[in-house]
Amino acid sequence: MAKATGQSTRQKLAEKVDQLHNGQLMRSIFRPGSMFRRGYADSPRNRAYVVMNSLLYHLHPVKVKRHGIKLSYTLCLGGLSFFLFILLTITGIYLMFFYRPSVGEVYTDMQNLHTTVSFGLLMRNLHRWGAHLMVISVFLHMARVFYTGAYKPPREFNWIVGVILLLLTLLLAFTGYLLPWDQLAVWAVTVGTEMMKNSPVIGDQVQFALLGGPVIGPETLLRWYTLHVLFLPFIIVIFISIHFWRVRKDGGVSGPL
Amino acid sequence: MATPDEVFEQVLAEETAKGSSPAVAQARAKAARVRAQRGSKNPSVPDKSTAPAPARNPDAGGSAAAPAAQAESKPAAQAQSKPAAAATQAKPAAAAKPAAAAKPAAKPASGAPAKRAVGNGSGAVPERVQRLLAVVKPEAIQKVERQPMDRVNVWPHLMAAEMVALLVVLATVTIFSIAVDAPLRELSNFNQTPNPSKAPWYFLGLQELLRYFHPQVAGVTIPTVIIIALFAAPYIDRNPSTSPDTRKFAIVLFSFFMLTFAVLTIIGMFFRGPGFNFVFPWEGGIFFEL
Repeated sequence: MAKATGQSTRQKLAEKVDQLHNGQLMRSIFRPGSMFRRGYADSPRNRAYVVMNSLLYHLHPVKVKRHGIKLSYTLCLGGLSFFLFILLTITGIYLMFFYRPSVGEVYTDMQNLHTTVSFGLLMRNLHRWGAHLMVISVFLHMARVFYTGAYKPPREFNWIVGVILLLLTLLLAFTGYLLPWDQLAVWAVTVGTEMMKNSPVIGDQVQFALLGGPVIGPETLLRWYTLHVLFLPFIIVIFISIHFWRVRKDGGVSGPL
Repeated sequence: MATPDEVFEQVLAEETAKGSSPAVAQARAKAARVRAQRGSKNPSVPDKSTAPAPARNPDAGGSAAAPAAQAESKPAAQAQSKPAAAATQAKPAAAAKPAAAAKPAAKPASGAPAKRAVGNGSGAVPERVQRLLAVVKPEAIQKVERQPMDRVNVWPHLMAAEMVALLVVLATVTIFSIAVDAPLRELSNFNQTPNPSKAPWYFLGLQELLRYFHPQVAGVTIPTVIIIALFAAPYIDRNPSTSPDTRKFAIVLFSFFMLTFAVLTIIGMFFRGPGFNFVFPWEGGIFFEL
């Protein structure tokens, strides 16, 4: 008897799920061909729809050259750079909840991240190691593109966008380096900005504008924080969009060697 | 008032008389029939068709817009002469492609009078606003065939690979982050310079160069030259080949610079101790933090 009731409950539940799946709500959320729709079948048309009828279509075409998905050709480096950027955005936002960019509080906040904030240390570690890894992967991506000759026509302009992205990545890494406000951060940035002072004619002005004063101080912290969390990410997202768009407009991943 | 089928026959006859290819004539006749059908179903639609055709097509783009403007636009003027030639020669199947190519531009010249005639005949042809669905390059119609290429669906082939790569990297970074903590030294103190003071690792190559060159050369000139050279690389390297065998010089040059910078960076990371003097890491220890 009990078994029979269990069976019917399960059946009822299945029916409910079925109704929900076929209902207006689900069908309005998932466009035709979505693999989350009821009765998704693996057919050539649905394979095309999965990309075509979703936001993915802004990123990927329906089909790519078979050669283009070979791991040994791209090593996934461009995609991984982008993924690391997303990872850094997420962990960075988490860190922003607990970080005040003013000289009085910043170091306490850093210590709290290490000791009291839930997952604070893990998030900080992810952010820092992810950042180093992103610099490496962007560098390697550039090397891969060079060695495969992928900067040649019609992709010259996208190479330029890529170099801009490399520079922006370095700037993001460098501005983030100051934010812990410990001895390591402050003196590394001192060494880095001393180099810029040697620019001809405008050297002192460049350094003054970057530091917000003749030497690193409270203004520098706020300035670099704003650059790091708002200005540079904003700029890099624009260039990433152009970069991805041009990859497709220039014919996808460059041809076989 | 002509029935849709009569309109069809009429336009087909007109087009055939003009020398349009059978396919084009059929298509135009069918379009006219559809227009006539719609017109007869909606008698309430006011008849604007007596107005001159070009003025009624503001959205139709340069091709079908205005015969007056046509003389100014070069491609349209060229195309205009094509159907005339086709008409005199009355080529059968072989003429299909050029005629099709010339069609958009030639529309106002040949198609518009016919349309107007139809419009006058039926009396109730609704005017339609044309949508821009696609822009087709002139040569695209001739070159319909594409090089055969082995292509795969992004879903699932590429996206599955991407997901695997993403998870592998996420797992690696997470495990590394659990195992190794990011450094946090004591609070910054502007009166106490650590010895040695090192830049972040990606600038250590430049800091290393400072040991060998004047600061203006190492800190400004060399980075500027590198950046400009990177920007200009596709325009300097005119060799169209992508095969490693035929671009040895470019590969050797690039590898030389990459290796030089890697070596400089590694020296800066591990072989520089107090005072940024040379030490062996296995003797003096490592003076480096990420």
